Amino acid sequence: MATRQTHILGRILVAPSIVLLFLWMIVPLGMTIWFSLLRYSLLDPGSESFVGLLNYQYFLTDPAFFTALANTLVLVGAVLAITVVGGVLIALLMDQPIFGRGIVRLMVIAPFFVMPTVSALVWKNLLMHPVSGLFAWVSKLFGLTPVDWFTDYPLLAIILIVSWQWLPFATLILLTALQSFDEEQKEAAQMDGTPPLAFFFLMILPHLARAITVVILIETIFLLSVFAEILVTTGGGPGLATTNIAFLVYAQALLQYDIGGASAGGIVAVVLANIVAIFLVRLVGKNLDA
Amino acid sequence: MGKIELVGVEKTFGHVGVIKGVDLQVEDGEFVVFVGPSGCGKSTLLRLIAGLEDTTGGRILIDGVDVSDTPPAKRGLSMVFQSYALYPHMSVRSNIGFGLRMAGVPKEERNRKVEAAAAVLNLTAYLDRRPGQLSGGQRQRVAIGRAIVREPKAFLFDEPLSNLDAALRVNMRLEIARLQNSLGTTAIYVTHDQIEAMTLADKIVVLNAGKIEQVGSPLELYDHPANLFVAGFIGSPKMNLVSGAAARKHGAATIGVRPEHVSTSPTIGEWEGVVSVAEHVGSDTFLYVTVPDIGDITVRAVGELALKPGAKVFLTPDISRIHRFDRDGNAVRN
Ligand SMILES: Nc1ncnc2c1ncn2[C@@H]1O[C@H](COP(=O)(O)OP(=O)(O)OP(=O)(O)O)[C@@H](O)[C@H]1O
Ligand SMILES: [Mg+2]
Repeated sequence: MATRQTHILGRILVAPSIVLLFLWMIVPLGMTIWFSLLRYSLLDPGSESFVGLLNYQYFLTDPAFFTALANTLVLVGAVLAITVVGGVLIALLMDQPIFGRGIVRLMVIAPFFVMPTVSALVWKNLLMHPVSGLFAWVSKLFGLTPVDWFTDYPLLAIILIVSWQWLPFATLILLTALQSFDEEQKEAAQMDGTPPLAFFFLMILPHLARAITVVILIETIFLLSVFAEILVTTGGGPGLATTNIAFLVYAQALLQYDIGGASAGGIVAVVLANIVAIFLVRLVGKNLDA
Repeated sequence: MGKIELVGVEKTFGHVGVIKGVDLQVEDGEFVVFVGPSGCGKSTLLRLIAGLEDTTGGRILIDGVDVSDTPPAKRGLSMVFQSYALYPHMSVRSNIGFGLRMAGVPKEERNRKVEAAAAVLNLTAYLDRRPGQLSGGQRQRVAIGRAIVREPKAFLFDEPLSNLDAALRVNMRLEIARLQNSLGTTAIYVTHDQIEAMTLADKIVVLNAGKIEQVGSPLELYDHPANLFVAGFIGSPKMNLVSGAAARKHGAATIGVRPEHVSTSPTIGEWEGVVSVAEHVGSDTFLYVTVPDIGDITVRAVGELALKPGAKVFLTPDISRIHRFDRDGNAVRN
């Protein structure tokens, strides 16, 4: 936008799409806010009445809310850590000229194309099952007691499944960034006598900073609302052990038929997501300019 | 000390020979320039010396020690890359000092050396900036700073000025010459640019298709090219090369004569031709004259010469300045 002229023209041209996007967002949001202020139960249709912030009060003081909040944060944090660290390592490996690189790349990307429900079922029944799962078989091979993942380590199990799904995404983005590393810069570092570890931490990681930021931002958006994997494997349990905010809202609406309470939960989730987003942008977003 | 010796150095990529047996001696403190057409292996040869590529055959000696299997950092050489290859996320200070940091030089000493180098290169005001906030010429100076701060045995330059505009190029050329002179460090410099080669070099190495065609001082190459390739490559505008009857008259398969060694006359001379283009560049006039049976001859004449295209002109080569070449293209000395 070099001149004022093009600046104004640009604004006029993008205005319709902005208006459309705004409506697209504001109408459902407005309706959700409206519902969250009603007493609105599916068990008792036609009896909606305005109750103010009562739904919020119930949702926020429910002990389940704090458990779900903690679970959400642990899930997001752990999956981010695993996928970013794992993604960097796998990307480094895949950047090497290894035999059969094309096939390896295809296989690494594959999990991303598997639907969450399907991958959760595969993990639950074929891998982590305490009797017929692959992990149990391996444990028995070494004479160990098989782990009953969804009973003993339910949240960890979910974290592993979700990490497996998101690892390809992180790897792919980071690999692309890695491949844009300047060859002459690598050689300059070589002339400067940079040992491998220093090269990784002082050259590669700063180069990847922007890509890592993108991975974190995008993954966070999706990880805050992980749902299918929980529904298919643990159903939020045992107890509340694997209930995150998204699952809590679902339980409120469709297990307790409380639309008002679920809407309030939904709004709380939106607010939380925004808080997380602001923190993230503050924390890592500065990598995106420059 | 920085004496570099190449003995039968070879390099093949796959089955393609790129460097085909190069013997070369670079004396301590000498400024050596590699020139040659694109793709002849200049960069490859420089990278072999740097250790960024492994040799396929032959030996590289620095101060008498065989370094063919020594990693780049241990060879004690610094390289200035064409793209500068600065570290984008580090300040100028860290960029210049990075090699010292990796070598474990303590911080105070490092800072002192970096600041000394920055002062020499007029970079003091920019020490805390990132490379992205510098102009092309400043970036180039940072790259040079990074090279000098390690006090290497030799500098290796791969077309360091080719990304700069013409005026800046002249400045940086002078700066590099002055710097190399005052430091007395050996330098090997790759370039396409004739003027850079002629002005900077103590010794020019002309490469062609992975082989050395000739080694010598700039004037030696200009006045006594060893073969047709060097004769045609060194000098701008190019030397006139004539073969056939006109050459046989002088007892050679091909004769060469530089544009400034051809005299013009309106009435009498050895060759008669027609001016096709006359370029007036102020001090000189370049005439492109078409001579029947011989071809196009370039003539460098005085600036005031008023000859229009289409005019008839007689040309006479200066017999004493004619270069004679035999059937294989090698110079005939007499
Ligand atoms: N890594 C490589 N693999 C295969 N061939 C290569 C490689 N590097 C260079 N070559 C080939 O070696 C030859 C010499 O390359 P080099 O870069 O040394 O040329 P150059 O003289 O520096 O050319 P220029 O003046 O254009 O920079 C070229 O034909 C090039 O294609
Ligand atoms: Mg080159």
